[in-house]
Amino acid sequence: MSTSAVLLVGVLVVPLLGAVAALLLRGRAGALAATVASVLTLLLTVPMWHTRGMVKSAGGRGPQLWHEVDRSWVPALDLRLHLGVDGISYPLVVLTALLTALCCGYLMWQRPERAGVLAALLLVIEVGILGTFLAFNLVLFFLAFEIVLLPMAAVIAGWGGPARKAAALKFALYTLAGSVLLLVGVVAVVVQTGTADMVRLTAEPAMSHTAQLWIFGLFAVAFAIKSPLWPLHTWLPDAHTEAPTVGSVILAGVLLKMGTYGLIRVGVGVTPEGAAAFAPALGVLAVAAILIGSLVCLRQTELKRLIAYSSVGHMGFVLLGIATLSQIGLQAALIGNIAHGLLTGLLFFLAGAIKDRAHTGLLADLGGLRERQPWLAGVLGFAALGSLGLPGLAGFWGEAFAVVASVQRGGTLWIVLAVLAAVGGALTAAYLLRLLRRVSHGPQAAALAGVPEVRTPELAAWSPLVLLALLLGVAPMLVLGLSAGAVSALTTGAP
Amino acid sequence: MIATLVLAPLLCGLVGLLLPQRNRPVAAALGILGATVALVLTVLALAGEERGGVSYRWARFGDLDVTLTALVDTRALLMALAVAVVALCVQVYSVGYLAGDDRYGPYAAQISIFTGAMLTVVFSGDLISLLVGWEVMGACSYLLIAHDRTLPEAPRAAVKAFLVTRVGDVGFLLGIVLLGVHAGTFRIVDVLDAVPGMSPAAVTTAALLLLAGVAGKSAQFPLHTWLPDAMAGPTPISALIHAATMVAAGVYVVVRLFPVFGASPTALAVLAAMAGVTLLLGALAATAADDIKRVLAWSTVSQLGYMMAALSVGALDAAMFHLLAHAAFKALLFLCAGSVIHAVGSNLMSRMGGLRRSMPVTFWTMTIGLGALVGLPPFAGFFSKEAVVAAVHERPALWVAALLGVAVTAWYSTRLWLLTFFGPARDAAVHGHEPGWAMLSPLLVLAVPAAGLGVGALAADYELAHLGVELVLPLALAALGVAVAWWGWRRADAGDPAAVLGRAGPFLAGGLGLDTVQDRLVVRPVRALARAVTAVDVSGVDGAVNGLGRATTGAGAGLAAWHRAALPRALAGVLVGAVLVTVTAVVFA
Repeated sequence: MSTSAVLLVGVLVVPLLGAVAALLLRGRAGALAATVASVLTLLLTVPMWHTRGMVKSAGGRGPQLWHEVDRSWVPALDLRLHLGVDGISYPLVVLTALLTALCCGYLMWQRPERAGVLAALLLVIEVGILGTFLAFNLVLFFLAFEIVLLPMAAVIAGWGGPARKAAALKFALYTLAGSVLLLVGVVAVVVQTGTADMVRLTAEPAMSHTAQLWIFGLFAVAFAIKSPLWPLHTWLPDAHTEAPTVGSVILAGVLLKMGTYGLIRVGVGVTPEGAAAFAPALGVLAVAAILIGSLVCLRQTELKRLIAYSSVGHMGFVLLGIATLSQIGLQAALIGNIAHGLLTGLLFFLAGAIKDRAHTGLLADLGGLRERQPWLAGVLGFAALGSLGLPGLAGFWGEAFAVVASVQRGGTLWIVLAVLAAVGGALTAAYLLRLLRRVSHGPQAAALAGVPEVRTPELAAWSPLVLLALLLGVAPMLVLGLSAGAVSALTTGAP
Repeated sequence: MIATLVLAPLLCGLVGLLLPQRNRPVAAALGILGATVALVLTVLALAGEERGGVSYRWARFGDLDVTLTALVDTRALLMALAVAVVALCVQVYSVGYLAGDDRYGPYAAQISIFTGAMLTVVFSGDLISLLVGWEVMGACSYLLIAHDRTLPEAPRAAVKAFLVTRVGDVGFLLGIVLLGVHAGTFRIVDVLDAVPGMSPAAVTTAALLLLAGVAGKSAQFPLHTWLPDAMAGPTPISALIHAATMVAAGVYVVVRLFPVFGASPTALAVLAAMAGVTLLLGALAATAADDIKRVLAWSTVSQLGYMMAALSVGALDAAMFHLLAHAAFKALLFLCAGSVIHAVGSNLMSRMGGLRRSMPVTFWTMTIGLGALVGLPPFAGFFSKEAVVAAVHERPALWVAALLGVAVTAWYSTRLWLLTFFGPARDAAVHGHEPGWAMLSPLLVLAVPAAGLGVGALAADYELAHLGVELVLPLALAALGVAVAWWGWRRADAGDPAAVLGRAGPFLAGGLGLDTVQDRLVVRPVRALARAVTAVDVSGVDGAVNGLGRATTGAGAGLAAWHRAALPRALAGVLVGAVLVTVTAVVFA
């Protein structure tokens, strides 16, 4: 097997084996096995970058793969084991591997009931998410997209908060509805073109304009549910709020990115004319998501629910970037994806830590965190400032340049969208500062009296996220540089 | 060298944030080190010949480059000098002022980051990196204003400061984006070169959008409301915010990007109107406040109005001159006020009085500061304010406002001076005493430029510092203000001269009711909108989803119940089905 095949198949097989080991070993040993597997997966992504070289350029708009493996699997279904990685997917692959490793390590320390099973589920989710990011066969893409669903619902239903059953059911049914549309879209593409090869489909989109319109419509709804795009977002607050800490981190950190990634790779890639036709509608909904998400956040009374809703607003910026269909917009969306994964992942870790200590997430019952837990309050302040798009931290680039892309696109509609998105940025600051004021400032709340300060394992889980948020803020080219050529090919047909 | 100059305080700040809580000496050393390195390098750069800029690509979106560019000119270096001197003074002063505070470590680190962010703004040759410094400053001011845990209003004031400036920054970001997209670059030099080629509408829009951000940062009407409340921060922070960072950034950016504003008469007219309203508004609001820091805060609002007034007529050097003089005397005034508050234990002038004898150093340095604020010769403010007043002569309304402002400034400054240092002690429990050297030495250092900057400029033959017959009118008005205040003080038997304001007093002290206006026009509508949107989102959008779920379950249950039929109905069903099939077969056969 070539290096490429080892790496690409490796990052899927290692977590899968880890999941099996975690299930067999159970308990703390299981969590340990899962952690080892997830760290190995993360390590595998390093040579993926190191040995990158353009193994294949399909020409034109096609992806410029660093590594590729393409084997026959189920010919009757047009299903091939066709995996690849390029500058668009690589940052997301690393983010997924990193967050999963941090979550598994966190489980080792936190030791919830049935930790081994929970860790195994996380690894299965990782396999699905990585598969989605790596698949270049549409049918395989759909399969990977689906693998994530049930384990995630199980994580919510098994380890969640008081209303976990309802939240898990809503999550499963809602996203399943999206999957059905995705399946119809995939089948339609295969029937129309006779191939499921995303490289070929992207390089030479062969479908008629009408077909592209219909099929993009199906894809857009499916991915909009996952992202989520207003008004298809209401599964998210319940799922995020009820999920255990690690579940929320994975949900917000990487699961949502499957939607935006799919929209770029499949939506814009395979059905570009459909994307162009729907772009204004997508842009309007994205800005609606920014404004509505922020306004709803202003009224939230529960910590995790507030952070959950904030994802709606943040992903609105990402979707606005995609909707412009310009190189600037797509690059902004890609770095916005990563930044949101880091910062919201961090925020959910912190929310979990605070709720575990105070046994309440109600903002009214919290307060004065900085009095006795200055480190916890400090990291929370950092995450909140990063999340409100403070320049110098990761969140800034995606949000500011989504606005740039919208202005650059020009025309009354896009200028108005840019202005409204910028106003949404101010609202974002309003609700995050309200959060800090309720949680960190003021006199110490009774619920926080005598609770412990940050512990070393927690800091270990958070500090990579803190460092990366700062690093990406200072050196955005780490992500932008990887994706520039691929995005340029996708939007202009030339790298 | 410029990179080191900017990075030194930033790195000291970042390291300082990671220090263990109780490590005071290291925290203090790091804070002072960052400011000192910045100061030394600024002086070296001023002495050296290095001007112009270097540029590195920082990020690239599509074909739009974002660069890290240093744009070094004498104005930037002078601004940096003011920033570094004030920051160093504030760091040293804070060691004494926050002697008993267990959160001194992060505080000192945040000041360092604040300083570094301001220096980023000062030397930025690229609009995006300028925006970075601009916003990081806002975040630092938020953190520092919220520092004091004993003041319940501190967190609220901090949020207000951040949000009001952030509202302005919506415009600032859009202005930058508009300029960047039109020019195809964010490098300031290239953007300014491209301005003449842009359509007038685009330039005016960009200039007005930028002005929104400038108004937020530099506390111009109607976005000035955060600055008086920002007094909830520790006093050294007020000195930092009011003198050399934050509020100075707005003025400085207008200077830096002046070709954009200069190309748009509309923008300049708006700037002039804003400046006129602000300078009078600030001066009037300062007349009746009882809180010594609030008087000084309102005076900052007013003085910033003067700087903006100068900018609105294109008198960039006059604005910079007043900015630098103001940086010196306002930092001095705040640190003096801190020394008084430290001794009295209260911000309220109604509890002060007679401190002249027990606090001689504070008294004399504060007298210098107030003299400069009023614009009395030979202090710095005399020359710089005169330069501004002379420049705005071409806009008569603005000129009259500026002259009126001079008289009111003299009045409230004299009131502050008399109430604090003269008359009997109003609170028997207060025993005035000078603070330690950590706090006194910054006063002495800052008194030098506050007193001598103008004379120095005169000696150096700087064209804006001059003596002439047109100085008589402002000087006479200042003397009038001083005299009226003194007369009021005498008449009230060493009491508050503001008594003559009667019922207007509280209204003026409350900022002319503009906080209420802001609350009614912005805060409440946004809250109401949030309520409405949440209601729609929860019961409308999510309600539809849940309703669909319930309807599906209901339909399923209904059908299931229908299927559980007893034998007669089932038989009837089969019979009906058979008939239907037969009929269909016959008809279609």
